[in-house]
Amino acid sequence: MDFRVHADQEALQQGIRSFCEGRIAIDQLRELEEKDAFDRGLWNQLAEMGIFQLRLPETAGGLGLGCADAVLVFEELGRSLAPGPLVWSHLAAPWVDGAGTGEVVVGGLDLIGAAPQPILIEHWAHLDVLLLLRPEGVFRVDPKALEARPIATPLDPLTPVHHVESLPPGERLAEAAVAHRLWLEGAALVSGQLLGIAEAALELALDYAKKREQFGRAIGSFQAIQHLCADMFVRQEVARAGAYAAGATLDHPEVGDLERAVGSGKITAGDAAMKNARACIQIHGGMGYTWEVPAHYFLKRTWVLESIFGTGDEHAARIAERVESGT
Amino acid sequence: MDLRYSESDEKFRAELRAWLREAVASHGSPPPHHDWPARHAYDTGWQRKLYDAGYAGIHWPREYGGRDASPTEQLVYYEEIARANAPYVGINFVGLLHGGPTLIVEGTPEQKRRHVPYILRGEQTWCQGFSEPEAGSDLASLRARAERDGDDYVVNGHKMWTSYAQVADYCELLVRTDPDAPKHKGITWLIMPMDLPGIEIRPLKTIAGEGEFSELFLENVRIPVENRVGAENDGWRVTNVTLRFERGAAFASEMYQLREHLAEIKAVAGRVTRHDATAWDDAALRREVGHLQAELDALWAMVKLSVSEASETGVPGVGSAAVKLFYTELAQRISDVAMRVLGRAGLSRSDVAELPNGRFLEKMLMSLNLTIAAGTSQIQRNIISERILGLPRHR
Ligand SMILES: Cc1cc2nc3c(=O)[nH]c(=O)nc-3n(C[C@H](O)[C@H](O)[C@H](O)COP(=O)(O)OP(=O)(O)OC[C@H]3O[C@@H](n4cnc5c(N)ncnc54)[C@H](O)[C@@H]3O)c2cc1C
Repeated sequence: MDFRVHADQEALQQGIRSFCEGRIAIDQLRELEEKDAFDRGLWNQLAEMGIFQLRLPETAGGLGLGCADAVLVFEELGRSLAPGPLVWSHLAAPWVDGAGTGEVVVGGLDLIGAAPQPILIEHWAHLDVLLLLRPEGVFRVDPKALEARPIATPLDPLTPVHHVESLPPGERLAEAAVAHRLWLEGAALVSGQLLGIAEAALELALDYAKKREQFGRAIGSFQAIQHLCADMFVRQEVARAGAYAAGATLDHPEVGDLERAVGSGKITAGDAAMKNARACIQIHGGMGYTWEVPAHYFLKRTWVLESIFGTGDEHAARIAERVESGT
Repeated sequence: MDLRYSESDEKFRAELRAWLREAVASHGSPPPHHDWPARHAYDTGWQRKLYDAGYAGIHWPREYGGRDASPTEQLVYYEEIARANAPYVGINFVGLLHGGPTLIVEGTPEQKRRHVPYILRGEQTWCQGFSEPEAGSDLASLRARAERDGDDYVVNGHKMWTSYAQVADYCELLVRTDPDAPKHKGITWLIMPMDLPGIEIRPLKTIAGEGEFSELFLENVRIPVENRVGAENDGWRVTNVTLRFERGAAFASEMYQLREHLAEIKAVAGRVTRHDATAWDDAALRREVGHLQAELDALWAMVKLSVSEASETGVPGVGSAAVKLFYTELAQRISDVAMRVLGRAGLSRSDVAELPNGRFLEKMLMSLNLTIAAGTSQIQRNIISERILGLPRHR
């Protein structure tokens, strides 16, 4: 057993991080906010970095990597708040031609999770294909054939949504077992993104706590602020272990209980992102309540990610059935 | 990021598991908490069994009789000990987990010869005389005074919270040898035999109603200078060696044990009734238990991450303050759920209505010290914010 992130993985992660820092820094995100959160050029660049075909075999043009590697990549995408249906296009790569190379933009809906109503489709305007994960299988739908009504004010300014009343059955791509597997993979990737958000929120809060002065000293010297930050750190480290274990268990299911490992990642990463985003707002004082400080983006994106591939509550209920002596 | 154990780790696990099955069954059940002679016999007897089977001092170097197990094997060891519900270190904890290891690193050849093998065989038990009434979190402000008189130190002072003092043969004692030096510079680390004249032990009654820890009153206790570990006034450095061992993997087995506890809570919830349903029929309870299990699984993954890091560096990862903080608060939340499941049965510390009240309440009461002993949660948060996050010191 060697659970460390090894050198190749670190290099992979570092590559994605420097790309994101250069290409989707906060000012560029603000510009994207004006452009319906989608930039074809950026999408192609992400595809070139291999984000969508990361796990395709090399013979199919992919990088032949595993879920653990993918979690690390999505951690960086989460940290930088990269917009777009990233997880869906990644999951679709083996099933939809052109998804891996970025030519075809694939979005999706999780209908396995307990609360698919009302039906809100993320990034609808830019989708070429819509995947539906149903308990009975994976289905493909033409998004343009749907009657979709734009929501003028989405919660996350970088996740536009459209409302549709009903869904067609769609074309069946794969059976139930595949749908379930994709659901678990999606949960692990989203856990990576949530972990990245938890980390970014702590980083932003620390930056401010070291700089901002009140009562003649940095607010970061006040123990009340320090302990908020320490708790953020602990949640981040718990989420890291949880999300990484989800990825590692997907790669080698014999090491544990797959459902439990994935649920643990989703729950702990969701908690960390949510609570760290809130603490980040609190540590910024009045500035934290402004649109200008990006703390709110963390919280808003977290609500988007919390809602797919099983909410924390749903995973908790599933895990409860699997609590057993000797496991 | 690979969670698969190697073949040799699995072989180690299989052998250990087979041995534990037999050894645990033949060792009988633990004696009651207040029966100190029986506890002493039970815990040291278990240690001897481990020794004879080659499992004593799992993390100790081989030249000192230990097994020198790799960090991964240690992890397997903690998992199996917990799974088998085997006795853990018990009253041997100070000697095995930090007293012995400190002597191995800092002791003279003679000190090692006199103590290390005996600790390993369960023939010498130790206690820790660090804390004082006025020196808790701020340990370095300790006052117990030692004055040199010929070949002895003459010690006067008052120690607090000394766990298992009544059954200990030796004590890791911190004393002040230079009252004029800055507080970290006048401390010395001594080995105190507990049978010396002038030592009075007064058990303190804990929350659980037991005398798990005591006050030590030291009056003109003469400790030979040869019992000094490290140089005179260099005791703070030695103390940090001890604390590093204390805060290492010490909790691993108890952490893993929590999983069994949660499973047991679930089983009990399926048996206790609420009106015309069981407690487990309550979706809110199920969700809470599922959430706690998710956190326990992540905690164990966190331990695996820090063990993997230790495989390279040899020391527990910087994450250990985070692990301690998270684990101890999680243990208390789990005990809260246990109490809610027990309901009115929780008013009794002895088993009623065929429920495991006794053990559940014991665990709940004990869990309350986890966030205080070995560095309080607040101190852990200070450590994280100052040493890991680099926030400015608040003083
Ligand atoms: C079950 C148990 C067994 C023990 N066994 C031993 C033993 O065998 N040998 C031994 O030497 N000691 C032992 N201890 C003592 C233990 O190490 C101390 O209790 C602990 O270090 C705290 O010290 P204190 O009790 O004096 O509390 P204090 O230090 O007085 O703390 C009181 C409160 O103030 C807070 N506080 C203190 N300083 C700060 C700060 N800088 N910032 C924020 N908050 C602060 C603490 O977190 C705590 O909430 C044991 C304790 C327990 C509970």
